[in-house]
Amino acid sequence: METKPDLNIDRSIGDFHYDVDYEFDAGIGLSEKTIDYICDVKKDPDWIREFRKEALRKFNSMPMPTNWASHDLDNIVFQNIRYYLSQGTEPKRSWDDVPEDVKRTFERLGIPEQERKFLAGVEAQFDSEAAYSNIKAAVGEQGVIFVGSTEGLHKHPEIFKKWFGKVIPTGDNKFSALNSAVFSGGSFIYIPPGVKVKHPLQAYFRINAENFGQFERTLIIADEGSEVMYMEGCTAPKFETSTLHSAVVELVALKGAKIQYITVQNWSANVFNLVTKRGLAHEEAEIKWIDCNIGSRLTMKYPGVIMKGRKARGEVISIALAGDGQHQDTGAKMVHAADETTSNIVSKSISLGSGRSTYRGLVQIGRHLKGCKNNTECDALLINTESRTDTYPAITVRGKENACQHEASVSKISAEQIFYMQQRGISKAAAMSLAVNGFVNDLVQQFPMEYSVELKRLIDLEMEGSVG
Amino acid sequence: MSLKIENLHANIGDREILKGLNLEIPKGEVHAIMGKNGSGKSTLAKVMAGHPDYEVSIGQVLLDGLNLFEMEEPDQRARTGLFVAFQYPMEVPGVTIANFIRAALQARLPEGEELDAVEYYHHLYEKMDMLKIDRKFTSRAVNEGFSGGEKKRCEILQMAMLNPVYAVLDETDSGLDIDALRIVSEGVNAMRGPERGLLVITHYQRLLDYIVPDVVHVMVDGRIVMSGDKTLAHKLEAEGYDWVEKEILQQA
Repeated sequence: METKPDLNIDRSIGDFHYDVDYEFDAGIGLSEKTIDYICDVKKDPDWIREFRKEALRKFNSMPMPTNWASHDLDNIVFQNIRYYLSQGTEPKRSWDDVPEDVKRTFERLGIPEQERKFLAGVEAQFDSEAAYSNIKAAVGEQGVIFVGSTEGLHKHPEIFKKWFGKVIPTGDNKFSALNSAVFSGGSFIYIPPGVKVKHPLQAYFRINAENFGQFERTLIIADEGSEVMYMEGCTAPKFETSTLHSAVVELVALKGAKIQYITVQNWSANVFNLVTKRGLAHEEAEIKWIDCNIGSRLTMKYPGVIMKGRKARGEVISIALAGDGQHQDTGAKMVHAADETTSNIVSKSISLGSGRSTYRGLVQIGRHLKGCKNNTECDALLINTESRTDTYPAITVRGKENACQHEASVSKISAEQIFYMQQRGISKAAAMSLAVNGFVNDLVQQFPMEYSVELKRLIDLEMEGSVG
Repeated sequence: MSLKIENLHANIGDREILKGLNLEIPKGEVHAIMGKNGSGKSTLAKVMAGHPDYEVSIGQVLLDGLNLFEMEEPDQRARTGLFVAFQYPMEVPGVTIANFIRAALQARLPEGEELDAVEYYHHLYEKMDMLKIDRKFTSRAVNEGFSGGEKKRCEILQMAMLNPVYAVLDETDSGLDIDALRIVSEGVNAMRGPERGLLVITHYQRLLDYIVPDVVHVMVDGRIVMSGDKTLAHKLEAEGYDWVEKEILQQA
């Protein structure tokens, strides 16, 4: 087993926790009983109970992916984790009704304030369940549904059942199976045909408890010609023991629809972040993942798009920052399954100290297809000699009329550059922050302003921590 | 008040480059150092600024009485009032000139105080106009893909914005055509004044026609061996450096 160095980065934004009394607690460890407990609390229909149990069987039978992935995964002890903790399953529609002990956490993270300023709707998940969920009246009146996964499956079964588990099958990987067994929370979103949601919808995922596993499940369906932007943020306090976050996110963009999904994660350095994200893009639809991975102990995440309809478009823009002792194993999957589909992958990683970044990319264009294009760019920035970066592109392009382009670069912030900036009066930490922000600048410009400010602040914090 | 260099010895690895250098630039004066390639001129600028490759074995540099070598980090020395316009300025990819200078000014403010953005841009545009730099430049990354002349102008722009007490200009004329040389020199001359001392390091006398120094020093093998007024520069230009070396030998 690998041992990890002391992970002592200042993660002051999310590194606090208040004691909370949980009404529902599935206890420690995972068995059929855990699943029955979760189903009982959530009043799941029978088909979901069956779905969960089948998923547990798959999870138990599947090996860890350590034949290709980090052996640090072996340090996850599934029987030591708590799989469900909540204060109740009904999210509140008003912050005034959210219990004080939970509300102050979200207030400290600035969520109610952001909601007032620029969001069309917010869901705030605390451990297993959303404590708060609301959308602006005007958005609701357009027929937009934005609720938690449980409410989605109870109140909108006709849409939910049609797409749930269809983009990412239970047995896709061991962790999607685990999520399927114990999922709780996450968002269910439906955008009716032609509706363009002007402001972003946001979900915030907060882990508060120690030895806990968060398994939210998000399903977004954008009906024909609709548009939506969804943003998620996440934090957790720094505990001595490891915490598991294993989400499944499925997106469905019907004909001509556009979904933009933005993640800015700031997990503490004890979190295993093992997330499966995939979108299905129908004819002329567009799915874009913007994924910023800062923090965590190990992140494994490869957002994907299956371009199922003609002229569908997929895009993954990702920024990963691997601080001291961290491993960001990220990338993208682009599956071209129709003619004239185009995909774009831009990945930028920064490795600091003993941090490690890995890019894994998969691009598939089948033999029978015509006019497909993929562009992949991978840039890695190394800061100091210990850090490491690897690139594993897997590109399969068949057929004669398809084009694929791959570019990769590795650069370093040199001592000369830092000296130059310092000579202008800029401190070493600020100089490194500037250089890192400069490296990701072209990508950050694609973010909504509020998120680019947040990202810059996280990078600054990380650099301060690394210089000491 | 002065920038005073006393018996400065500095080496890179095992090789000693500055070998007991003495020099004092009183505030309000412009001094020039001339010398052949390899005499240690650029090293002097870097050592004062705190470049990590160089080690100071003996000597000190006093900036208005403050010992620069007691400040470990280059940024502390810079904020004390020392600016170096480099011969080969580094590229900082992705960081725009506007953001870079802004970060440098912000670093000089007390904690919690924010630079006023409107005032900042007003000030920046004013200096850019003086140096005949196109406003589009503000959104270009620092030195990335710049021509030699653009780099030098950008250095002078930074100097004008950061308003140092003492500035060292290292081979600012290299890579400049005659028009750019005139513009850059005007920018430097605009910064002359009783509240500032300038040290111009150059290889050729040409620059000193535009930036006329109060004192000219000749550097040979890591030391200042001769000082005089601006006519010394003309003599060096006409006769080369050999006679200086002969004269020193005779003295010795």
